[in-house]
This record gives sequence, structure tokens and C-alpha cells, in this order.
Amino acid sequence: MNETTNVILAGVGGQGVILASELLAMAAVHVGHDVKQTEVHGIAQRGGSVHSHVRFGGRVYSPLIKPGEADVLIATEKLEGLRFAHYVREGGVIVMNSYELPPIRAGGQYPHEAIDFLRGKGFRVIAFNATEQAAALGNPRVSNVMLLGAASPYLNISEEIWKATLEDRLPAGLLEVNRKAFAEGRRVAKQARS
Amino acid sequence: MALKLMSGNAAIARGAWEAGVVFAAGYPGTPSTEVLEHLAQYDEVRAQWSVNEKVAFDEGVGAALGGLRTMVTMKHMGLNVASDAFMALPYSGVNAGFVVLVADDPNMHSSVHEEDTRFFARVAKMPMVEPSGPQEAKELVGVAFELSERFRTPVMYHSTTRIAHTKGLVELGERLEMPQVQYEINAPQFSTGIYRHRLRPEVEAKLEKLREYAEEFPLNHIEEGRLRTQVPPIGVITSGICYQYVREVLPEATIFKLTMLYPLPLQKLKAFCREFEKVYVIEEGEGFLEEQLAAAGVTNLVGKALFGTIGEYSPQRLEAAIKGTQFPTDFGREIAIPPRYPTFCTGCLHRTVYHALRDLNTMVAGDIGCYTMGALPPFGMVHVNYCMGSSVGNAYGLQQAGVERAVAVIGDSTFIHAGIPGLIDAVYNEGNNTIVILDNSTTGMTGQQVHAGTGVTLKGEPTVKFDFATLARAVGVKHVAEVDAWQMLEVKRAVKDAMQYDGVAVVVIHGPCQQLPEMKEREIVPYFVDQEACYGCDLCLALYCPAILKDEEGKLHILEHECVACDICAQICPVEAIHQKVCA
Repeated sequence: MNETTNVILAGVGGQGVILASELLAMAAVHVGHDVKQTEVHGIAQRGGSVHSHVRFGGRVYSPLIKPGEADVLIATEKLEGLRFAHYVREGGVIVMNSYELPPIRAGGQYPHEAIDFLRGKGFRVIAFNATEQAAALGNPRVSNVMLLGAASPYLNISEEIWKATLEDRLPAGLLEVNRKAFAEGRRVAKQARS
Repeated sequence: MALKLMSGNAAIARGAWEAGVVFAAGYPGTPSTEVLEHLAQYDEVRAQWSVNEKVAFDEGVGAALGGLRTMVTMKHMGLNVASDAFMALPYSGVNAGFVVLVADDPNMHSSVHEEDTRFFARVAKMPMVEPSGPQEAKELVGVAFELSERFRTPVMYHSTTRIAHTKGLVELGERLEMPQVQYEINAPQFSTGIYRHRLRPEVEAKLEKLREYAEEFPLNHIEEGRLRTQVPPIGVITSGICYQYVREVLPEATIFKLTMLYPLPLQKLKAFCREFEKVYVIEEGEGFLEEQLAAAGVTNLVGKALFGTIGEYSPQRLEAAIKGTQFPTDFGREIAIPPRYPTFCTGCLHRTVYHALRDLNTMVAGDIGCYTMGALPPFGMVHVNYCMGSSVGNAYGLQQAGVERAVAVIGDSTFIHAGIPGLIDAVYNEGNNTIVILDNSTTGMTGQQVHAGTGVTLKGEPTVKFDFATLARAVGVKHVAEVDAWQMLEVKRAVKDAMQYDGVAVVVIHGPCQQLPEMKEREIVPYFVDQEACYGCDLCLALYCPAILKDEEGKLHILEHECVACDICAQICPVEAIHQKVCA
């Protein structure tokens, strides 16, 4: 319990990075950990790069994770995953949405090959198109929870606790689709692991 | 024991509730906004958005004199607006407890400038406290109220972005119901304008008592380091979020943790500094602590020269400075990582308006809100920009200097906050300016707060709705137009007509923010590009709408999951190649 687990979540404003962070932080509280969570975002509500730090364990002081010390990175967009990959420790896990949302002022420049690049750096990368898969479940907005599900096998939090956390935090009308999204993400990650 | 995961701001609100706060007022401003939003959820608290921080502060003063425990909230720039009242209040002191929460934004994540408001407490001679995490953030509110009532002084509660927006575990307590303090008419105490010379020495006498109290204030304390015996031992003076970073980066250090930042316990601090060869002073912003210690004769300090004044601190920054640790940097040298700047949301009214202004070749004095981003490409249509309400006066002044076609662009909430006096002035002094009011029915940038123009209070109650056009006419504006933001041609025509009018003209552009629940929850039938008809002129791409992109073959697409059906791209397409999907 004295070890601190460090998780970075990254994405584009409006993709649900903050909600996913909150779910993770709440689940860690359920386990009995001390938790700190903080987010960094720019001047506007939407469209910019957003990242969030979640730390849990015995006693956590700083909410901010140092580069190279994150155990898991969860990225709701591919480029944003690449942007924060240097926060991940050697051999750490990157769970990444392969969905591409090109920044509008980049003049078409986009690192399509990011997943292979990060694998080449020795990270364990689990990548799939969570936006499409979430849309198939009926709501593309639940891709954040699907990615959290995909990261869950690496976070040492039991399925019961995840279930209770989703119930605690999400409105009844959206609970079922989020539950399905979480389960689907978890299934994809476990398949990738085996 | 009830433990709850709470942000610093939620914890401050909880602390205010537990401390028996009855009246709370403020104006939205990142990173302070959520304090009042959380406070509004408690039935016992009369929480309200006021039209600006100055008004909130004045209302709070009245409530505290009237005998209610009162909190007012604002960001650092809001304190500038409220500072006239802020500076005067310590002269009279208060009746019931009065705490002013001020949240700074190191690194200017959501601010025009990086201002360290701790100096305001010193100028006003007002005691100031600062928490280091969510639990302490809650506890410290009650402490601040006790301090306020014990010394009959307003108390500044200082916070920063990282305190405000860090969540952690908080132990909940019960509410302390405070009986209303009796108010008795006492002009020699509260009529500071007349009795200022009598009150002036009282301020100094009170400050002297506060200085003595700071020496024994229990939350200013020393935490022994793990390796006090190491040679040489390390001493650190710190406060706020930096305390958490120090605990992590220098577990071996002995820490003097300050919770009351003004006045400082200088005797204790000087004694502490004598015990070490060198003492790190770790504080974000300016050398507020360091300079006072240096002025008190302490010479073994290491502070701003090593850690710097610009931006936010972090464990990484402190460790790199103290231990020389090299941290990994991003992979940008090996693979392209294009920046992603914030932009207008899909369907945002501001996109239409700036598109229209660009075509009209205007010179724009901008203001504070999401629409400040009109300064960025592709629009580049905000040429002057300072602070809340400044657009109206700036445009007037530019026109005085002979700069033609200067238009002021200001949001609804910002206009109510600080734009109205400028408008009255322009009419009074016979200016020749156009003022464009962007009415998106919310205070958008801070996360959709209601305001006087929305007809709803912070408590969610219906109220009188302020009308922009009526106000403009009432102050003497003769040319007033109102248009729908998503009718591109009408917007353009209305602004053009206003600019051609000889005198002050006002154009109110109505278009609800796409983040408002009623906009998000409506049925959206997305648009698509008819690839047969599209010949790739890229006019739609030039809107820089996040939903429109060009693939590697040069074909334009609309992202179905992102489109909110605002119709603007269809309106500007010269070959009518953009259509709405047909409903089944």
C-alpha cells in the first residue's frame, strides 16, 4: 500500500478525460487508498489538449507526476497519447484510442505511426478505435470509459469496485451504456494481454 | 468518519458551509469559480453570482456588517476589480466574519497575466491564509472566520490553480450554526470616508496585534526532517501546494510550513533560518516571503534566483533545480507532435462573427471570454485585448486617435460586468464606434455560469432578465440591431450598417453557447460533404471548424460525431456541396 500508482490521462477537451480521471480516483478511494488527482487544461473549454494526473497509494503528497514516473497512460486520442508518452516509466503501459482528431492548425501534419513508434520505445501499447466501438454501442462519448476499462487490468482494482464506482458516479440513464463500454474495453485489453 | 473525494474548491465551499456562512457572492473566474457553484448547493447558504467582483465585495461587506458570516470569491484579476473596496475595508473592520477567497493562476492557464495577489494583503494590511491541500482547504475556512471575528478584520484566503483543482480525501464535519451578530449604527466605525484619520492608527494597532498572533498561530509550524542529523541539514520555508512538492522532493528537509502568509511570524522564521547553513524559500510567483525575510535581515536564503518567478512550480521543476535531475522530454525530436491549441467549439457563434468581421476588414478591440481566441489564426481578428470591459473604452480611444473602423467585441457576461460604463461614456462623449455584443446566454469560458442576462439565478431560480438592446437605447444609443448568430449574411450586414452609422452603434448577436445543456441535449442531424459537388475550394476548411477536415487525398469531410449542425459551412459553400443528412 505504500507504493504510489501514477496514472496520466490525456486527450482533447470535451472527450471526457476529466470524468475518466474522476472515476479512477473514486475507484482508488473505494479500495482504501489515499488519492490525489489534478488536471491541466488551457484557456478554453473545448478543443485544446487536456491532461490529468491521478496518483494513489499509502500517502500521496503531490498531485503532479514527474515525467518518466507514470505506470499507465490512458489517451482518448492518439496524438495526445504521444504528446504525454514521456511521462510513462520504462516498460509502462499505454492504453490508447487509435481514433485521430487532427489539430486544426497543424496543416494536415499528423503522426499516424504513433502506435508503432511507442511500441518501438518499449512501452506496452494497447490501442484500438474506442470512438468507433463506443459508437457501435450507441454512444461515441463513452469511449473514455471504454479506455478506462482497457486500462483496468493494470490498475489493481477489482471488478466489483469498478462496478460500484460506475454506479455511484454516472447518471442512471447513461449507466448501462457505460457499463457495456467498460466491459468491452476490459475484454479488448485482456485479449491483447493473452 | 465520512471521507469524501473533493477538489480544493469543493472543500473550501464545504468549509464555508461548516463554518456557518450564510451569504456568499462572487463572479466566475478560473480557478475560483467552483467554490460558489458548490456553495450554492447548500440550502443554508444564500450564494449568488453578482455582476462583478466589486459589486460582490460591496454586497458581502454589507452582509457581514449586518451580522452574517460572509464569503466573497474571485480570481486574481477579479481582485483588481474589487480592490477599491478591498483596500478600504480594513479601516472599519467587520462585524460578523468576512473572508475573501482569491485564487491566483500561476502559469496563466486561464488568465491574461500572472499576478501574485499576496501583495494585496500587505498593501491593504489584511491578514492572509493559504491551504496546502483539500483537507486543509476545508479546515482553514473556519480558522479564517475565527481570525476575522477575533480581530474584527476581513481575512484574505489565498489559493492557486493547483490547490483549487486538486482532488483529495476530505473528512466531513457538521455545520456550525452561527447566530446573527447584532448590527448597531456606528458611523464613526463604518463611515470610513469621514472618520479615516481616526481609523488610520487603528489599522496599524490591529496589524501589530496580528503580528504577535502570527508568532503563536498553530498552523505555522515546523516539520522535522527525516535526516536532521545529515550534514549540512536542509531547511525549507514554504506554503500552499509547494509544501506538497517539497515533502516529495526533499523528504529529508526540515520544513517551516506557513499557513498564515501575512503578517509573517518573522521572529520564529529568523530563528529557524539561523539553524541552517542555507534555507530554501519555495513559493510560486514573486518573492513575497523571501523579500520580507531579506528585509528582516536574513541572508542565507535561496529562492527566486534558483527557482524563478515565471509559471507554475512542480516536483519536477524543484527536483531539477535542487538536485540537477534530468527528466525525459517529449518525443518531438523523433516524431512530429503538432501542437493542439484551444479553439472555438463546433457550432460556436464566435466563429461566425469573426468570419463576418474578417470580411468587413475591421480593426477589433477584443475583450475577455472565449472570443478572445479570435486573435488566433485563421481569424486574427482581435487586435487589442486587455481586461474585462476594456474593449469599449479601447475602441473609443482608438477612434479618438484617428484609427478608423475600430469595433469593440464583447461578450454578454463581460458587457454586464464592466462594459456598461464604457458604453455610457462613448455616448456621452459623442464617440463614433460600433460595439458588438456576443450574447451566448452564458458565462462561457468559465464553464457556463448564469448571469443577469440569462433570467436565472445561481440557485436556479427564475429572475428578471436583462435586455441588452433596451439598455443600449436607454443610455442613448440611437442605432441598435439584434441578429441571429447563425445567419452569416445577416450578421455581416448588421455589423456593416452599424459601422456606417455616424455615432455609437450597438449590434447584439444572439446564439446560445453549444455547451449549454439545451444545446447539447437537442437532436442533432449532422452535415456531410457531397463529394460529387465539392471541388475543393477549402472555404469551409478556412472556418477552422473542428468537425471539418481534409484527408490525404485532399477530400473534405465532416466528422459525424463532432458536427452540431450549425449550418455555417453550408452557408458559405459556393457550390452547395454541404447538406444535412436526411432524417429517416
